[in-house]
Amino acid sequence: MNDESAKCRPEPSPTRGPGNCGPSKDAPANCAPSERAQAAGRAVAPSFDPAAIQLADRPTSGKERRERFVTVSDRPIKALYTPADVADLDYARDLGTPGEFPFTRGIHESMYRGRLWTMRQFSGFGSAEDTNARYKYLLANGQTGLSVAFHMPTIMGYDSDHPRSDGEVGKLGVAIDSLADMEVLFDGIPLDKVSTSMTTNAPASILLCMYIAVAEKQGVRPDQVSGTIQNDILKEYIAQKSYIFPPRPSMRLITDIFAYAAKHVPRWNTISISGYHIREAGSTAVQELAFTLADGMEYIRAGIAAGLDVDEFAPRLSFFFNAHNDLFEEVAKYRAARRIWARVMRDQFGAKDPRSWMLRFHTQTAGCSLTSQQPENNIARTTVQALAAILGGTQSLHTNSMDEALALPSQKAATIALRTQQILAEESGVANTIDPLAGSYFVEALTDEMERGARDYFDQIEALGGVIPAIEKGFFQREIADAAYRYQRQVQSGEQTIVGVNKFISGEPLTIPILKIEPEVQRRQIERTRRVRATRDQAEWAASLAVLKRAGEGTDNVMPHLLRAVKAYATLGEICDVMREVFGVYREPAIY
Amino acid sequence: MWEPQERKVRVLVGKPGLDGHDRGAKVVARAYRDAGMEVIYTGLHQTPEQIVEAALQEDVDVVALSILSGAHNTLVPKVVDLLRRRGMDDVLVLVGGIIPEEDVPGLTAAGVAGCFGPGTRTDDIITFTRTKVRRL
Repeated sequence: MNDESAKCRPEPSPTRGPGNCGPSKDAPANCAPSERAQAAGRAVAPSFDPAAIQLADRPTSGKERRERFVTVSDRPIKALYTPADVADLDYARDLGTPGEFPFTRGIHESMYRGRLWTMRQFSGFGSAEDTNARYKYLLANGQTGLSVAFHMPTIMGYDSDHPRSDGEVGKLGVAIDSLADMEVLFDGIPLDKVSTSMTTNAPASILLCMYIAVAEKQGVRPDQVSGTIQNDILKEYIAQKSYIFPPRPSMRLITDIFAYAAKHVPRWNTISISGYHIREAGSTAVQELAFTLADGMEYIRAGIAAGLDVDEFAPRLSFFFNAHNDLFEEVAKYRAARRIWARVMRDQFGAKDPRSWMLRFHTQTAGCSLTSQQPENNIARTTVQALAAILGGTQSLHTNSMDEALALPSQKAATIALRTQQILAEESGVANTIDPLAGSYFVEALTDEMERGARDYFDQIEALGGVIPAIEKGFFQREIADAAYRYQRQVQSGEQTIVGVNKFISGEPLTIPILKIEPEVQRRQIERTRRVRATRDQAEWAASLAVLKRAGEGTDNVMPHLLRAVKAYATLGEICDVMREVFGVYREPAIY
Repeated sequence: MWEPQERKVRVLVGKPGLDGHDRGAKVVARAYRDAGMEVIYTGLHQTPEQIVEAALQEDVDVVALSILSGAHNTLVPKVVDLLRRRGMDDVLVLVGGIIPEEDVPGLTAAGVAGCFGPGTRTDDIITFTRTKVRRL
């Protein structure tokens, strides 16, 4: 027992609670200077013990569980975080009040005390009839928004009877070939009451037009519909790889949507800038954050270059992030995202409207983290990931179903996933206060680190000439492939534990039932599409496509022309063919 | 003295179909390369015809397909069939991705030597390939 600690032992000061210096007879090894000062009867500003800081930079003893502790993204984690880690943190500048710049603590003043996040489960499979039934089921079970998963042919701009669609129809989402399918998809769902998110990018403008057209048929005006179209083509080149046209015409389609929706569909989020897929492709958390925000800035530049006022379209931008396994790293990522975006929008782009500064985001738990081994474990994984999204202040959330490493969700698995959100929202108490992790030495230090890491990447992208040149040079693709490979090796070496895969393995056979899409779906879908082609007004159909082609070749906003073609029951594949002809198609270099 | 050099195992990694999820394909491609094999990665959105054409041109020993779109039952047998029709009977065909257990027997019957689902160690794929590939 040394003298230092002995000084701590006398009369506990009245302000000292348990767990500080401790009232016990055995003096603890570390006593804060303030404690000592108080013990000596002097008043000092709250401070901390340098010894504790040293502790943070070295292992706590010779016997730690691992040689190094890292996040899922391979970011080293110290044994202990102390005030020294947040010494530069200025509350007003870096955190501030929720609902105010820089929004680190959340974009709303009351956050979930005012309103819970939107529970928006992503779903779509088989035919429009199948998916319509699932939507009605989910809405009846307390889901508060719709989120459409389209099948691959729709996403890639092919009709179901195209040879390239063979075997893919209805498999990864719902088959939508024409307005006729969209009418069935939303049959009996009032589009002025429900908000809908649509995950599609290259053909986003066509699907938005189909949605507007269905709404009109229901008697709902375009200015009454609300929702989001993903429409983030840059991350397709970077990660998700569902592109059709080259980057530059794709950017034009996006700014056409910005301009059109600002005027006619004002409640629509015209883009959801998505880190989700960047993460799924194997990026780290910092890469997800940095590449997504860099894409966001690129869209802002494109909008400004197209002659729009930044405050005219920036408030309708939204974001979409992944929630992976590392709870604190994820929370820090979301908080850093809001702060960076606010600073960039106000200080770099000169946006004046506070709504332009706010980063609103949807979150989906990490599909890539799910295991096909012991799939029930995925319920626990998803719960922790969803908790991260909530603690990070998400505006809407999708929780994955336990069977998603095997197939699309079965109804039971989808229900458990929705219930997971409801339990977190209604039972856990995490939604009862705003940004509960603020002020945590660890979380604030990690938030700062995320911001620094992202800014380093912004500089690298800038040095390459911007996002599109960086895509063309394969920069993002290479960074992500490297990270994915590093992670795979860490899993194989056991440095990253995956329960049921590289630890706690059981040889039990798989028992959960999975959803099957019958080949019958493809046959029926092809039939409907051929019927649509045969029964539409052929003259109007031909005229609408001819006008669309001219608009594409010129500088006209293509949206009104797309709407006309959609209403003439031109199929998605036919419309995309016209645009392929005008804009060309993109081929990427195969980088691994 | 001249000695015949052992030819490296040549592996084509391909992604047939429309889905863009290429993380697994890329990780496997790199693992093959690190294991000292020659890798030809065809990139995304390939038709069975394109993959088989590349396999022929590159004279590969192994065709490793990655599919996550659920279209494996349609696309994989097509690849195997086309390989056979082009005379590449001894090419080892492997499949990775989201392949439900119940689809494995059908793929095996179609001529697939191994199916590797999520969570597979790349070392296991390499070892499997080394054991199975028919050397010259």
